[in-house]
Amino acid sequence: MTAQVDVAAAEVPRRTAARRLATRIGRVRELGIVVALALVVVPTAIANPRFVQPQSIQDLLLNASIVALLAVGQTMVVVTRNVDLSVGSVLGLSAFLTAQLVADHPGLPIIAGIAFGVLVGAVCGVLNGAAVAVGNVPSLVVTLGTLYVFRGVDFALAHGRQINAANLPDALLELGSAKVVGIPVLVIVTLMVVLLAATHLRSYRSGRELYAIGSNPDAAVLAGIPVGRRVFGAFVLSGLIAGLAGSMWVARYGTVDAAAGTGLELQVVAAVVVGGVAIFGGSGTVVGAALGALLLGTITSCLVVLRIPAFWQQAISGALLLVAITVDRLLALRLSRALRRINAERGGDGG
Amino acid sequence: MTSRRMGLFALVLTGALALSACGGTTKENTDQSSSAAAPGAATGAANPNAPLKQGLKITFLPKQVNNPYFTVAQKGAEQAGTSFGAQVKATGPSDASASSQVTYINTAAQQHQDALVLSANDANAVAPALKSARKQGLKVVTFDSDAATDARDIFVNQASTQDIGAGQVKLIADALGGKGGEIAILSATPNATNQNAWIAVMKQELAKPEYANLKLVETAYGNDDDQTSFQKTQGLLQAHPNLKGIISPTTVGVAAAARYLDSSSYKGKVALTGLGTPNQMRKFVQDGTVKSFALWDPSKLGYLATYAAAALSSGQITGAQGEKFKAGDLGEYTVGANGELVLGPPTVFTKDNIGQFNF
Repeated sequence: MTAQVDVAAAEVPRRTAARRLATRIGRVRELGIVVALALVVVPTAIANPRFVQPQSIQDLLLNASIVALLAVGQTMVVVTRNVDLSVGSVLGLSAFLTAQLVADHPGLPIIAGIAFGVLVGAVCGVLNGAAVAVGNVPSLVVTLGTLYVFRGVDFALAHGRQINAANLPDALLELGSAKVVGIPVLVIVTLMVVLLAATHLRSYRSGRELYAIGSNPDAAVLAGIPVGRRVFGAFVLSGLIAGLAGSMWVARYGTVDAAAGTGLELQVVAAVVVGGVAIFGGSGTVVGAALGALLLGTITSCLVVLRIPAFWQQAISGALLLVAITVDRLLALRLSRALRRINAERGGDGG
Repeated sequence: MTSRRMGLFALVLTGALALSACGGTTKENTDQSSSAAAPGAATGAANPNAPLKQGLKITFLPKQVNNPYFTVAQKGAEQAGTSFGAQVKATGPSDASASSQVTYINTAAQQHQDALVLSANDANAVAPALKSARKQGLKVVTFDSDAATDARDIFVNQASTQDIGAGQVKLIADALGGKGGEIAILSATPNATNQNAWIAVMKQELAKPEYANLKLVETAYGNDDDQTSFQKTQGLLQAHPNLKGIISPTTVGVAAAARYLDSSSYKGKVALTGLGTPNQMRKFVQDGTVKSFALWDPSKLGYLATYAAAALSSGQITGAQGEKFKAGDLGEYTVGANGELVLGPPTVFTKDNIGQFNF
């Protein structure tokens, strides 16, 4: 067959190959973050080979896993043109209550403790969702309020109590360091949540509708999408995931007081934005957000490994964040130009 | 269009955060009915035989509320207050940043409290507020972490800076069993007064010939945050392949470092010591991750600081060197140079004695 192809026809496969490549890159919108990640990891690894040891890679993944989880929930909320600033407090509340439950009832199965943490998170999510979807209050205001309410409840319940590794059952602490085929369990849990959420957002009607709501809320209403119900659902999922992250926090750190997870929400929002999720809704993926969390965590770790003085680390971390966003943005622009060129070449034979 | 909206969003977000920064966790509002209970009475010469006044109003201001260490100290302060009939009110910020205590100091002055017992987040950031409070008649006692010397009457030191710094170096040297090697320090925040004073002493100690085989390679700051302390511990171990020991003179840092070592491949290869509470460290001492660590009893610290505040307000002492007063169950204390009191040498906890402590 190929032997018969003449010179003029050879143009065609080359163009389709370019288009295929462009669409493939288009699907992997997260490529920019992967490139940025490589730009951080490779020079650090050259300067200090220990940075890519198995122990170190495990640590990088583990450090990112809790923020990545929260970023997944946050993405679901952000694509609907909302924001959930309460995730750090929900995590703290869930972490403390889970730790207290398993510390006071040593016989309780670990899975029940985790389920309780998830439930606490879901209840918080219901409160947020109800205020936003039913009460029609801007989510920025609602979740800023609940950020303090949930943390306040946490402080009041904890009353200065701290739960330490010695009070927690070994089974839960082992979960924090256990591995399956060399991969930490917490990382596997995070990957599963990312996979589930990604599939839901990509292939299910209710998931696609979240994007429609974020792109144009009015049009979504006119198209018959149950906007209130979907937004409510997104907040419940974000709370639920924050609850899960809370019980994972207990397993990982082993020391929990009422201040656990304070200020985490800004890291999460940063991860989501770095991950290419549009802050005003309508586009972005959970995989991108999770990679964004990994990138931020890696930047922090590499600065320590490169022995950058502690006083400079924050400033450099912020500057690298800006670089990462710039790289991602440049790649996205180049890609959209390439797609436009291809469309022009095709001469309007598609939509 | 999008960038303008982005800017607007950023503006709203920063505004919201600035707003939230003012909303701390004040437990008490201004108490207008309180009478100015002769706060200036104690100026002038000290009268060691003056009785402790009844019904003194004392504000207890920790670095941050809900920090377990300060919760224990607060219990001691309340216990002291009960024993001499004073009213001890605890209040404070939820974060330990440099300027977070200023509004609480101003509030205490407005409420005409008799004395303020605080642990300063930053020696200088709180000084102007403390000076203005003292002008209004408040007696100021710092404990755990000092403010500028001219901004307070008395500083209650948990143990002398020398004892703590030297003790920490000795513990890590013992843990390494004479072999020595590279060591690192995992501290709290870079501007914590007490941490920096201890680290300075540790460096002096390490310069001595008997510690010639110990080499301090880095001081990292975990900001008294679990997650950051975890990452900084990992970073230290990666950046220094020959690291043999870590000193973490902060309760959050030492627990985080212990938990990380416990769950990593470095367990048993890298020694750890520091300042931690027995409850936090129990598991790690029992499973051998940590051989020994030290701390004073925070409740006794709060107790002594509150007694010192009462002694100042009652005119028993003025904060001059050599003055003596009786601090309840703890017995008699003498004010040292620069208005400093020392609680006593820190306790060292090991597998053998940790069972006797619960705080």
